[in-house]
Amino acid sequence: MIGFFLILLIIVYGSQWVTAFSFIDGIASIPKALSWLVGNFYPTEKSLQKIPTILTKLVETLLLSIAAATVGAFFALFSAIFGARPTAFSKPLALFSRGLATLFRNIDVAAWSMILLFSFGQSALTGFFALFFASFGFLTRVFMETIDEVGLGAVEALRATGAGYWPIVFQAILPASQPLMISWTLFMIETNIRSAVLVGILTGSGVGFTFDLYYKNMNYNAAGLTIVFIAATILLLDRASNMIRRAIL
Amino acid sequence: MHARTLEAPATVGSSEVRELLKVERLTKKYGEHTAIADISFTVHEGEFVVLIGPSGAGKSTLLRSINRMIEPTSGHVWFDGMQVDALDKKGLRELRRKIGMIFQHYNLVDRLSVIENVLHGRLGYKSILTGSLGMYQAQEKERAMELITMLGLEEHTYKRADQLSGGQKQRVGIARALIQNPRLLLGDEPIASLDPKAAKTIMDYLKSIAHTLNISMIISLHQVQVALTYADRVLAVRQGRIVYDGLPRDLSLERVRDIYGADAGDLIIDTGDRHVD
Ligand SMILES: Nc1ncnc2c1ncn2[C@@H]1O[C@H](COP(=O)(O)OP(=O)(O)O)[C@@H](O)[C@H]1O
Ligand SMILES: [Mg+2]
Repeated sequence: MIGFFLILLIIVYGSQWVTAFSFIDGIASIPKALSWLVGNFYPTEKSLQKIPTILTKLVETLLLSIAAATVGAFFALFSAIFGARPTAFSKPLALFSRGLATLFRNIDVAAWSMILLFSFGQSALTGFFALFFASFGFLTRVFMETIDEVGLGAVEALRATGAGYWPIVFQAILPASQPLMISWTLFMIETNIRSAVLVGILTGSGVGFTFDLYYKNMNYNAAGLTIVFIAATILLLDRASNMIRRAIL
Repeated sequence: MHARTLEAPATVGSSEVRELLKVERLTKKYGEHTAIADISFTVHEGEFVVLIGPSGAGKSTLLRSINRMIEPTSGHVWFDGMQVDALDKKGLRELRRKIGMIFQHYNLVDRLSVIENVLHGRLGYKSILTGSLGMYQAQEKERAMELITMLGLEEHTYKRADQLSGGQKQRVGIARALIQNPRLLLGDEPIASLDPKAAKTIMDYLKSIAHTLNISMIISLHQVQVALTYADRVLAVRQGRIVYDGLPRDLSLERVRDIYGADAGDLIIDTGDRHVD
């Protein structure tokens, strides 16, 4: 235990020395940063006029996040069915599915945004694809785990009755894993909204871009208001998806 | 392909009974490891065969090699006029429709209702479309209700499977197998997860089904005492080989000790009283 802390300490000091970043100075600047935030990010009457613009962009981001998560879920479902142990019918296809999921999952949305910027430029489409790829990778993985968990016994039983592949998928695998899959998709929508702000800054779309714009123009009051709206949306969404979860599980 | 049919009647006891299943020199290897070796036996119509043997002896492998849920390495299986080891995909589906299977962990879809789980037994008869959509005919639903009633589950018909007790779940498993109209029922330790009372109920149902519906059974069991009570015939496997094939009453204490080897322990105490007389 002590050795562990010692190692941590060495790493902290080592990296500070390399980057010329002072941890102590960093801590010391927190109160100053806080007072700057409070002093600048409060909404003013002028910034309140921006509410319609912010809301429009917020809705755009929300829809983008939902679209990316649901389209991602659709493709992830097939990818997971081909890759999960109980339902994999071809080894090469299963390996391909799993490989694809790992690849997409391990590239962060920010990295996807940068990569896709080259192909699509600064547009909502770039943002959508970045979120879609990340959603697809993550959801394939959790859907596969869900199928592994719920499917093995029932699949064995139905195979033994002589049932074909797709009837087993639709009559056993999907009914058994549906609630968990919906729950994960809701989680993905929430995650996407958080990521969408960052992705928006990078790709020039949605509410992230709005924030970035206000911020760079030093309209800190409007930028602060944007953050308030984003936070409120995330909270509301969290409540809503919890309600849906309770109803279906 | 159908090298042999099994029309020749065999004589069991006083009545003439047809052979339903014939297993010949069946072997399954996993790499170097032999799970079952050179297994041969026959099962007659309506016969209640109990499979015993210590854990790892090859009971599950043997049962699954019969309906090719596991592909045997060599040997032959004949079932109701079909040469099982030579079947193509379509033939295999046809075979599996005629063989019901029940499991230690019931293998139901927990979130679906009892009747939906029972109807799953009809999926072997469905096309991709009707099966995927779960379209069942009125008479299939009626049959499901009959079986549910027969197994004493009528008040649970629309309950979710995960709300049932273990014994009730296994009865759903039996109904799902019976709705296939099988000639043979394979059971892989169907009472191993049940308390003694529920286990007895299940065994009583299986026994009466075998005799009233003339469905043959091959049921693997852990409890020698139960095997001796219910079996028309006992098959014992040890290290992948058949070491006993005969009537339960001829199975001596010595043989049981041989079958279970070092694992015997409490099993022998279980069978002890029966061998006193
Ligand atoms: N998929 C498998 N791969 C390798 N070995 C296996 C596999 N399945 C079973 N075996 C081995 O085959 C033997 C028989 O197993 P099994 O049929 O499950 O025995 P039982 O059902 O009597 O406990 C055991 O030694 C087991 O370890
Ligand atoms: Mg077993």
